[in-house]
Amino acid sequence: MYSPKKTEKIDRLIVLPFMKSVEIAIKSIRVRFFRSIITIVSLVLAVSFLSFTNVCSDVANGLLSTGDPVHCKALIRYGYDISLEATSVGSCPKQQWIIVLSLLVCTVGIVNAQLMAVTERFREIGTMKCLGALDSFILKLFLLEAGIQGFIGSFIGAFAGGVFAILNFSIRFGMISLHTLSWSQVFQSVAVASLTGCILSLIGVMYPALVAARMQPVEAMRIEQ
Amino acid sequence: MTDSRKIVRVTNVTKSFKLGKMDVLALKGVNLEIETGNYISIMGPSGSGKSTLFNMIGGLDKPTTGKVFIDEVDIAQLDAYELAWLRCRKIGYIFQTFNIIQVMTALENVTLPMTFAGIADDIAVKKGIQLLEMVGLADRFKHKPFELSGGQQQRVAIARALANDPAIILADEPTGNLDLNTGEEIISLLKKLSLDRGVTIISATHDIKMLNVSDQVVWIRDGRVDKIENRDELSISVGEIGTKTAMTLHNSSMQQAVNMMVS
Repeated sequence: MYSPKKTEKIDRLIVLPFMKSVEIAIKSIRVRFFRSIITIVSLVLAVSFLSFTNVCSDVANGLLSTGDPVHCKALIRYGYDISLEATSVGSCPKQQWIIVLSLLVCTVGIVNAQLMAVTERFREIGTMKCLGALDSFILKLFLLEAGIQGFIGSFIGAFAGGVFAILNFSIRFGMISLHTLSWSQVFQSVAVASLTGCILSLIGVMYPALVAARMQPVEAMRIEQ
Repeated sequence: MTDSRKIVRVTNVTKSFKLGKMDVLALKGVNLEIETGNYISIMGPSGSGKSTLFNMIGGLDKPTTGKVFIDEVDIAQLDAYELAWLRCRKIGYIFQTFNIIQVMTALENVTLPMTFAGIADDIAVKKGIQLLEMVGLADRFKHKPFELSGGQQQRVAIARALANDPAIILADEPTGNLDLNTGEEIISLLKKLSLDRGVTIISATHDIKMLNVSDQVVWIRDGRVDKIENRDELSISVGEIGTKTAMTLHNSSMQQAVNMMVS
């Protein structure tokens, strides 16, 4: 007579190796390319906005650090809310609010897109569970997928935002803005924007992934497609 | 393993669902014993509780009262890990809608349960190819599900169900979405597997073609087991309903049996 004894259970645990789950996640993204693109684009837009604003500040700080009042006046004309003696542009509350709002909208967008993705895949999830997948496998797959999307999206977004900001300044203020620029500051801004994007993507997928993972296989199979 | 071993034992199982404010009793006390290696068909009109019973046996759903034992293990006592273990190793599922995972090739679909079971990749691929050859899909490993016909998809599903050498294969209307010929091919493939590998096959079905190969037919009606017929009794009891002549279930009596089921 068979009974799942504790000792037997240990060497017979159900597993999903990490590389295999990465493989499956990448495959899912490729197959549902269009949907992934939409999710990624929303992330790219939000992150590039964040990156753009921060890199703009960096460039402006670089210009101010020359101490030349011409630049300061130019910046004020451009729209920066600073006094003539200012040494850095800082960031005004208004700007911060816009950034926070854009990121919030982006997260809601991701939750929405991922919930759709989960609904679309009820059957697949149910099948996997029938084949012996644990809740954690499903969670892992969705998190990985969102992580990959987040990584691609934030990287593209942060890079694009930074490049656009620098281009914008070098056209308006001339090459001087490139010379006075602190590249390490720019790099930091871009990195922060990328990281924020990745984290947002993971936060956005948390709830949909939990919904998917906790689903009972019968319920999942009952859904007509 | 003795011949008369009970692989599935269902005792006094009831199941109620909440439908709005009403409690609907889908199963009203089912007792059933299934022996290892048999080919069982669960028959009954839709709404009879057939699928509910089927889900219980598959460990996909838990009974409201009563107990379901699979291989003498009460499935209500199992935690999530053990249940997953059971689904992975002990039971193979075949569905009416095939449920091949769309993003994976035929071979990847077959190797997935083996990956879950912790089998190394190269061994899994070798065995997957073997299984696909066995179901007659030797040249279609790399095909995606949408490049396969319904019958071929169901063959992949059968290969997948066999991946971890389960003791039971649960087939939920395996021929429901297939045409007559393909359905017959799938049925004879299942029968062959049950004979060759000693797998217990339990299928919920409307398909009269199934009766021909079943060792035992369980008729469910209104949440209860109406009757259980062994194969040798089968032709007689169907004969009573249909014509008096001795018959196979392939010809005109089939229609009568269908009528009987619908009524």
